[in-house]
Amino acid sequence: MTTRRQFLVLACGGLATGVQAQLPPNIAALRQAALQEAMRKVTGGAEVRRGRVKLDLPPLIDNGNAVPLEVTVESPMTPADHVRAIHVFTEKNPQPNVIGARLGPRAGRARLATRARIADTGIVVAIAQMSDGSFWSDSVNVVVTLSACLEDGLI
Amino acid sequence: MGRETRAMQDDETTGPAALWLLDGEALWGRKAGAAGKSCADCHGEAAKSMKGVAARFPVLGSSRDKLINLDQRINVCRVELQKAPALQLESREMLSLSAYVGRQSRGMPIDIHVNDRTQPFLDAGRAAFNRRQGQLNLACAQCHDRNWGKSLAGNPIPQAHPTGYPIYRLEWQGLGSLQRRLRNCMIGVRAEPYAYGAPEYVELEFYLMWRARGMKMETPAVRP
Amino acid sequence: MARVVVNLPGQARRGEVIEIRTLAGHDMETGFRRTQLGELIPRNIITRFTCSYNGVEVFRADLHPAIAANPLITFTTVATESGTLEFRWTGDNGFSATHTATLTVV
Repeated sequence: MTTRRQFLVLACGGLATGVQAQLPPNIAALRQAALQEAMRKVTGGAEVRRGRVKLDLPPLIDNGNAVPLEVTVESPMTPADHVRAIHVFTEKNPQPNVIGARLGPRAGRARLATRARIADTGIVVAIAQMSDGSFWSDSVNVVVTLSACLEDGLI
Repeated sequence: MGRETRAMQDDETTGPAALWLLDGEALWGRKAGAAGKSCADCHGEAAKSMKGVAARFPVLGSSRDKLINLDQRINVCRVELQKAPALQLESREMLSLSAYVGRQSRGMPIDIHVNDRTQPFLDAGRAAFNRRQGQLNLACAQCHDRNWGKSLAGNPIPQAHPTGYPIYRLEWQGLGSLQRRLRNCMIGVRAEPYAYGAPEYVELEFYLMWRARGMKMETPAVRP
Repeated sequence: MARVVVNLPGQARRGEVIEIRTLAGHDMETGFRRTQLGELIPRNIITRFTCSYNGVEVFRADLHPAIAANPLITFTTVATESGTLEFRWTGDNGFSATHTATLTVV
């Protein structure tokens, strides 16, 4: 628990030294760029087509701390034609990567489920990399709400 | 509570509270204290002996002058019968045991009866529920009796029935007791919260459980 | 070792696709949170989860701070032969947890 003295020191220190804990004014643009860069790292700049991938997560989220998400990809999952990897990204988090899973014909089905942290209202993207080198994607727009009556009050 | 949150609650094997249930099951069977006894030594299989127990708490303590909740009753067993140190309230061990015992009442109706001896505690709890407090000068009743169903900053205001405690609160990213949640409410109205174990919490819990009588227990629940 | 839960059938038909649900107890501290005094809480997460089937890796996931605390990972695998499935979680600060399960394939 912060004492009143500690709080005053912190507040004055903050004013004197400037904007250490503040977010930059163009944060939206920076995060959008980080998202594009993270996706490009996976695809190598190749074309990403929409389809074959189904990203399932609630459009209205109770609490961004644990959001159930599921990705399924249409694929026969044979040695000749399968999903090599599934990657999930989100736009408004401090960093864009959520999960990167390596599959293959032994998976039987291209399906992955987990629980993610989604910081703010925005898009979540799932990209599947196929054995033939092609990339397919799906994206969902989510609205994130905050719980009421939290533990850490005002400072 | 959204559909997906409810699905997490219904998922008993890999829902977020599952880890605490496993810990609770292990603790139930573990011998403790100078008496070298485990819960199981006296109570046998929890699924049988603990069925319906959590749905009846808080109850009058043996000294007959105050109420005790389930966590405090567990500590009575620890200290007096197992001759072991009391479990710290809100510790992982206490929450795991509380969740495990509470789980045995899942689906059963809350069963609180009030008599002459417990009426004063009910009245105290009801008074606390209706009393304005904190810098925001709000009473529980204002939101949870008169404005439930409406939105508070994008979230629906619930009726505040403690059917599922201890809960996995997504906000805490962990399991917590009703007292922890009540502390959050008090901080929410900018009041100084009582310390864990305060009789004011147990009286309020008694009133809330009585107010929710007949509703089915959901322990351990998942909440935003 | 941290608590883990792994859910899968004990028996399957050859060629059947089985679903495996896993849960690991871990705070998944993101590295982006600050204390009340403004100090950054260092990152401490599970970074990798693998499933090996009779010694062959059949599933791998790289986890990032955006995975929720007490991570759930659900995936599928083909029941090819009877044997042992080994699940391994590794992460920051030398975190390591393993679990083995046997699968009978008929």
